[in-house]
Amino acid sequence: MNDGLANVLHIDLSRKRFWVEERSELFDEMIGGSGAAIRLLEEECPKGADPLGPENPIVLAVGPFTGLYPIASKTVAMFKSPLTGNLGESHCGGRSPIAIRFAGYGAIVIKGSSETPIYLAIHGGKVLFRDASVIWHMANSATVGRILREKEPGSGVRSIMRIGRAGENLVSYASVVTETYRHFGRLGLGAVFGSKRLKAIVISGRRSIPVSDMKGYRETYREIFELLASAEMRKYHELGTSMNVNPLNELGALPTRNLQTSRFEHAEALSGENFARKYLGRRVACAHCPVACIHLAALREPYESEPYFYKTEMISYDYEPIYALGSMLGISTPEALLRLMDKVEVLGLDVISTGVALSWATEAQQKGIVSTKETNGLKLNWNDEEQYSKAIEYIAAQVNDFFKALGKGVAYASSVYGGEEFALSFGGNEMPGYHTGPAAHIGFLIGSRHSHLDGAGYSIDQKAVANKIILTPREIVDRIVEEEAWRQVLSSLVICFFGRGVFKPALILLAFKAIGREVSEERLKRTGENILKKKYEFKRREGFSIDSLEIPERILQTETPLGYLSRETIREGLTTAELRLNSIMTRNIPS
Amino acid sequence: MVKRLSVVDVNLCVGCQCCMMACNRRFGEGGIARSAIHIKSVGGVERGFIVIVCRACRDPSCLKVCPTNALTRRVGGGVVLNQSRCIGCKRCVESCTIDAIFWDESVEKPVICVHCGYCIDYCPYGVIRMEEVVENE
Repeated sequence: MNDGLANVLHIDLSRKRFWVEERSELFDEMIGGSGAAIRLLEEECPKGADPLGPENPIVLAVGPFTGLYPIASKTVAMFKSPLTGNLGESHCGGRSPIAIRFAGYGAIVIKGSSETPIYLAIHGGKVLFRDASVIWHMANSATVGRILREKEPGSGVRSIMRIGRAGENLVSYASVVTETYRHFGRLGLGAVFGSKRLKAIVISGRRSIPVSDMKGYRETYREIFELLASAEMRKYHELGTSMNVNPLNELGALPTRNLQTSRFEHAEALSGENFARKYLGRRVACAHCPVACIHLAALREPYESEPYFYKTEMISYDYEPIYALGSMLGISTPEALLRLMDKVEVLGLDVISTGVALSWATEAQQKGIVSTKETNGLKLNWNDEEQYSKAIEYIAAQVNDFFKALGKGVAYASSVYGGEEFALSFGGNEMPGYHTGPAAHIGFLIGSRHSHLDGAGYSIDQKAVANKIILTPREIVDRIVEEEAWRQVLSSLVICFFGRGVFKPALILLAFKAIGREVSEERLKRTGENILKKKYEFKRREGFSIDSLEIPERILQTETPLGYLSRETIREGLTTAELRLNSIMTRNIPS
Repeated sequence: MVKRLSVVDVNLCVGCQCCMMACNRRFGEGGIARSAIHIKSVGGVERGFIVIVCRACRDPSCLKVCPTNALTRRVGGGVVLNQSRCIGCKRCVESCTIDAIFWDESVEKPVICVHCGYCIDYCPYGVIRMEEVVENE
């Protein structure tokens, strides 16, 4: 039964054509989401493709549970990353997965490039190539959203994905913003949009999805819904991810001032508790997710020019932006931090890479590696909001050679200017906010996305701290790889990782059964491994090797909650990972 | 006692749309094509949401414009649709001031809330509830 999931919508931006292909076998074998996307990427992306060339495809994929069960609420994007020159994968919520599924598709593949700026309007079976000349170069990505909201139909059942100036100017870590506050943040999907002169995608749909066992479906839904109301999930709704600021700081794991230290004296001011007390203005949810983890701060500010004239901006905050633009830049007040977050949002940049790039640049300038000549007159100093605000604009506008280099990431910028030892880059991607111990860093290095969410090493470290145990590099790698393989199942079902404690294998089997599919736990796990294998096959095809990974010196110089890290430990982890991956790669995994 | 669905406080709404999905599940399927309740933002999620659903009018405008008497008065307010009489003219849709009559494109018939309350259990934030209707009010 094709309930729409098997429909892959192909869009050729060069020829302005589209067609739908039915790929039941793809979704049967690879589930959907990450699994379907890696196969489509492998098929559509030629070896050695220029990430900013028309040949680089954008693949968007959702899963079999999307629209049927709550919290299957992510869209997986895959592409070749302009930041790492390798596998690009980014996940986004908002209304994007629901809109794709209810428009009647399981995946969308966009190739080619338009000569003039355009946006795509996909309403059910209709695909329209619309002129975007007027909204190209618009200063604020939120304004673009507002305009398209008025212009296009589908209010409440649509997603509006758009890029800001950073994407237009091909900054390697430009993001795609959806529903104003959710992002395909990491690894530069925004630049790939920009290279295709694709300003936005509006997609909407209203369809139903039939199931075979009506009663079983309703009962299973009810069970899942009740589990999602548990205390374990409520924390995401209450303080949200910013609940991590204080504990990580107390632990000595909060990277601060380009990881010169791992404790920040102003952490309390930037904590989830303080934000909730003084700024939290509204909490909202992704479509079909009862958790509602999105926290919006209300920032009321006067206009200088006229007395009693105020504006109130709603700005989304989470742990990672607080780390990247807060502790990493030494920003001491929530107001300054919110204004910087807003700037990054408006221009459409990945917040983590931006914060890490600026913290590297600050240290580089302090060490005399770069001067005001390079920085276009800026004097970057910790806690100087004004200078950072300008620097963010300069990155998005690509004002000179230095900001062009900085816009390619810290690995590139430090290869040009020096300062590699404090460039916090892992496989070409900037560091997430966890200096918890060896597992976090080994995870950033070997993870298929070089993200903390690949194998959740930070969680392994935190458990080791809590239980006062020291894991060997081999134990760490085994756990990371096992977790990453299982997460391929979740991200193929596009279940938000916040729901990973609820969606255990037994529940997933039950959920499949109610919609008419018999799957075994063993088969699920095999599929997870197979997807991971496919991802590393792609990475190797594009030149990835564990051997050539650089370990940033800085992570060895600053103490973690598990003590100082040694190069040998990390290296041993990498060697073990190499063997572990080789065994996955050579294994013939039956599907 | 007869009940009707009512919106308690729209400011409690987080826009998760679980009520929309719940409504469609009445028919034993996922999705939203036959949902009689709709949630959309006021114009950007940062400004909050609008809950669009039949408010069980005592003197419904939709009923008055139906040319085939497919809509009859529901006890407690609102209307009951007789599918076999409906010719799909959409006059009811146009007549509803709050746009609470939706359209099922697969059968070309209106979708109107029957005030069954199935969605209530799937609103985690208490935005909607069933309210007793006092007769002869």
